Amino acid sequence: MAVNEGVSSLSDHLFGSGMAVYAAAMLGYAAEFAFSRLGTRGAAAQATDADAAAAEVPAARVGADQPAVLVGVGGAAASEALGGDAVADPDASALAAARAREIEAVRQRDRAAHSLAGGNDGDVQVPVRARWVGRVAVILTVLGWALHLSSVVTRGIAADRVPWGNMYEYSSMICLIAVTTFLGLLTRHNVRWLGVFVMVPVVLYLGFAGTVLYVAPGPLVPALNSYWLKIHVVGAIVSSGVFLVSAVTTLLFLLKERWENRLAEVAAGRAEASRAMQNRGGIVMRLPSSAALDALTYRVIAFAFPIWTFAIIAGAIWAEAAWGRYWGWDPKETWSFITWVCYAAYLHARATAGWRGRRAAAISLVAFTALFVDYYLVNLVITGLHSYAGV
Amino acid sequence: MTSSTQSSTTSLDADPPADVDPPADVDAPVDADAPGGAEQADGASVGFDPDPAASRRLPDGHAGGGARGSGGASASGLGRNPALALAIRSWRQLTSMRTALLLLFLLALAAVPGSLLPQRNINPMRVEQYLSDHQTVGPLLDRLSGFDVFAAPWFAAIYLLLFISLIGCLSSRIRWHARALFTAPPKAPARPGRLPGGSAWESPLPPAEATAAARTALRGRRFRASATATDARRPDGTPDHSVAAEKGYLRETGNLVFHVALVGLLAAVGFGSWFGYSGTTLVVTGDGFANTLISYDQFTGGKLVNTAKLRPFSLTLDRFAATYEPNGEPADFRADVTYAPDLDTPTRQATVRVNHPLVLGDTKVYLIGHGYAPHFVLRDARGRTVWQGNVPCTPRDGMFTSTCTVKIPDAGLPPLGAQRVPQQLAFSGVFTPTTRLDPTHGYVSIYPAARAPGLTITGFVGNLHVDEGIPQNVYTVNTKDMRQLTLSGPAGAGRTAQVLALDNPGQRTLTGLPAGMRLEADSVAEFATFQVKSDPFKGEALLFSVLIILGLIASLRVRRRRVWVRATPAAGGGSTVEIGGLSRSHGDGFAAELGQLTTLVRDATVPVGAGPSTATDVTGTEDGGAATAPRGTQPRAAAADGAASRESEREH
Ligand code: HEM
Repeated sequence: MAVNEGVSSLSDHLFGSGMAVYAAAMLGYAAEFAFSRLGTRGAAAQATDADAAAAEVPAARVGADQPAVLVGVGGAAASEALGGDAVADPDASALAAARAREIEAVRQRDRAAHSLAGGNDGDVQVPVRARWVGRVAVILTVLGWALHLSSVVTRGIAADRVPWGNMYEYSSMICLIAVTTFLGLLTRHNVRWLGVFVMVPVVLYLGFAGTVLYVAPGPLVPALNSYWLKIHVVGAIVSSGVFLVSAVTTLLFLLKERWENRLAEVAAGRAEASRAMQNRGGIVMRLPSSAALDALTYRVIAFAFPIWTFAIIAGAIWAEAAWGRYWGWDPKETWSFITWVCYAAYLHARATAGWRGRRAAAISLVAFTALFVDYYLVNLVITGLHSYAGV
Repeated sequence: MTSSTQSSTTSLDADPPADVDPPADVDAPVDADAPGGAEQADGASVGFDPDPAASRRLPDGHAGGGARGSGGASASGLGRNPALALAIRSWRQLTSMRTALLLLFLLALAAVPGSLLPQRNINPMRVEQYLSDHQTVGPLLDRLSGFDVFAAPWFAAIYLLLFISLIGCLSSRIRWHARALFTAPPKAPARPGRLPGGSAWESPLPPAEATAAARTALRGRRFRASATATDARRPDGTPDHSVAAEKGYLRETGNLVFHVALVGLLAAVGFGSWFGYSGTTLVVTGDGFANTLISYDQFTGGKLVNTAKLRPFSLTLDRFAATYEPNGEPADFRADVTYAPDLDTPTRQATVRVNHPLVLGDTKVYLIGHGYAPHFVLRDARGRTVWQGNVPCTPRDGMFTSTCTVKIPDAGLPPLGAQRVPQQLAFSGVFTPTTRLDPTHGYVSIYPAARAPGLTITGFVGNLHVDEGIPQNVYTVNTKDMRQLTLSGPAGAGRTAQVLALDNPGQRTLTGLPAGMRLEADSVAEFATFQVKSDPFKGEALLFSVLIILGLIASLRVRRRRVWVRATPAAGGGSTVEIGGLSRSHGDGFAAELGQLTTLVRDATVPVGAGPSTATDVTGTEDGGAATAPRGTQPRAAAADGAASRESEREH
């Protein structure tokens, strides 16, 4: 099982060029993001009447700007939805007001979903040139992804085995999956705004993997040579790459949510608008609504969670074959379990009043931290039975 | 626990408020069959309890969340018995989603020390090391079960509470879900067309026929649809012609399967640890063992294992082969064995490898280690063999430098003095499979295979204290009452240490032992360490694991959605048909699905050739009739989507 030196160095070159192309894509996304202007109500008014949606979608932001007015509007809508008869009842007016708020919440989320599905373009105006830069960035991402994928494949060829046998290889694969997730999301939703936020951690992570964690390809130790292990590791890597994206969107959610709360304070006259707000600038302002970010985070985690569950179970099957016990609370297993429990807690939190939103987001970050501990601290600091522990 | 499938505000979906119940006059029936949730109790929900009065009608059952199944019926009697009330209240508290969340967190937190502190079940040696390194905190941690976290009472308390909570809420959730599966979906609101994405049109059919047609159409799409009875009345006395349809029950089913399987998995793990056992044994090539307690070097059994009745298999190690990479990293190990799966069964051959155990029913034999066992022969002055045997040596490093201890209590030397102190022999040495003389470290091993086996050895004579009933470690020798021998051998005469080359007949014998005896190390065999494991509940654990995944996928992927159709009489014998629907999550294509259903129902209620019907847009409360689309049936959301995509075309 000799290592093919030529292919091995080809893999390293592909890795390096993939990373460089990612970095260029990252700059492209950043440029598009930076040069986009926020659509204001004025801008919306400029839009021709034919573009009904242009008038409708920015209303999500108007909602944040002027909650009081919207409650009024919602109230009207609510009484209509009630069929008119409820308003006549004096007892029902408080009820109607409460319902108005509910309905407004529905609307907001409806729009959030729209802006998730159709892009937040209604909200943000992007000059044509910046848009081109963004499109080029997507092309670069695809190109970088192809280079990155080839690097992983050639690495496998060089070592004559599956290319996920050590921490360098895991890290590379996790980044590959994170980029795949982003590209996958991009095919269904307009989430180009997410590009820069995904590419920054990916490029940093790849840099870390290519320098600190790098090892020349070599064979696997016998304990790793099992097809359950291959399945298990693929599951773990895929879910981790997707979780990485969820951590990014969670952070963005927290940022945006704080911003929206501040905006509400300003609108209610309880706080001064910051310079960035007055300029209608600030990166945060250009993000989609916190509701859309929250929904996106949930979807990404709900996608990854069953895969992570599967990875743990496949790992248990492998452990059973290799060590004769399917679960032994080895540090790696313990932290996988902690990660799993934390993500389950996230899903439960989303279904529990008072835990939704910010607290659920905090849990998502705690869970991602546990995942990080599982991958790196356990290997580098705490070592267990897992024979690849210790790089 | 909120298990609510219906009015519970939430759902884990992307979009909680979509869970709203129809904001019209249907609250009571809808809510009444909903379990309700902790959310309502907290009052913190976004508030999709459609009518606060409705929750007032279901006082405690509602507030307690999942406990309604047990407490709902007796809720009215609560006030009378404070103890019962307290019990019911705490039960509800325990089975609430909030508590489950808290317990999940506690469980994660409790597992952390188990990975940071050394654990007895994984590496008892490191625990001892830790205890001797940390004289003050060590014993304290030990008292708090810090080194047996996963067997600690507090750890068990957390997961048992979690599972009691789970079982508690599951029992009622299963009941509700079963009921939901057998009852009609909640009735249509007054104006379904006013729900987001709803629409309305004129149909030439009378209301009863229109609803029947709509029901058939929805059923065709595998919705569970039920139409109101012909004589049904609205609260205001007008006839009620409506269809309520729902799809996606698999979501809740999957969720229940997931949680039930979680309980099942815990049970399987628990039973497995009660009825399972594991033992390790070392077998030198050519030897064998039988599955009895005494064959094991180490044995741990569950509380309910009958050690007298272990499965009676036996096994002989015919050959052990290890191969290595050029740098000494292991490449493959295999142990060829002959075994008899049971008493009086014919023997069979098998190969045991790492990751490939020998399977005997629910008992498995794993290859977990290997090493070298040099063969020694002790001869007396006349050349007769006094003792011989393979002595397994403990590997110390990756190159299989191994520590050997040879104890020969019956060397035939007469006891000394009036006390009759036994005269026994012992040798301790270092075995090196591929021996090389290193200028600084002496004889070392440079490769794990036995290419140039060597043994650096010293000898002792005296009292080994082996016959005194005190268990001894076979791998160490206590030389307190022994005298070191001066030996003759390859290194010359009168030395305390000799180096034997096992491959070289001229350089592998020690002479100068007491009574003229000589010790020859004439060959080396390999040994394998096997671990025998029995877990009779492994199969169940696997089954529940699979159910966990299947349940999860259903519960996270399936979307639950409802569609309502209402027909009201219109002038000329026809009717106005309204359609509307809700999904628990938005942005997942429900708008498009509703659009399709709308077309479907419209085509069913407006027969071909009936002439163009006039569309009434009842939805344009806000976008000023923007939704009026071709054929007048384009639902609002779809219109918005269309506009959005138009816009993205423009902008891209
Ligand atoms: C080890 C413990 C637990 C784990 C890992 C766990 C996991 C999960 C997961 C992953 C979901 C998400 C499914 C979905 O989104 O539909 C879920 C939902 C749910 N869990 Fe658990 N659960 C646990 C314990 C409990 C307990 C103790 C309860 C009840 C007291 C509970 C009640 C629920 C309910 C009601 C839902 C559905 C939420 C909804 O769809 O509105 N779970 N659980």
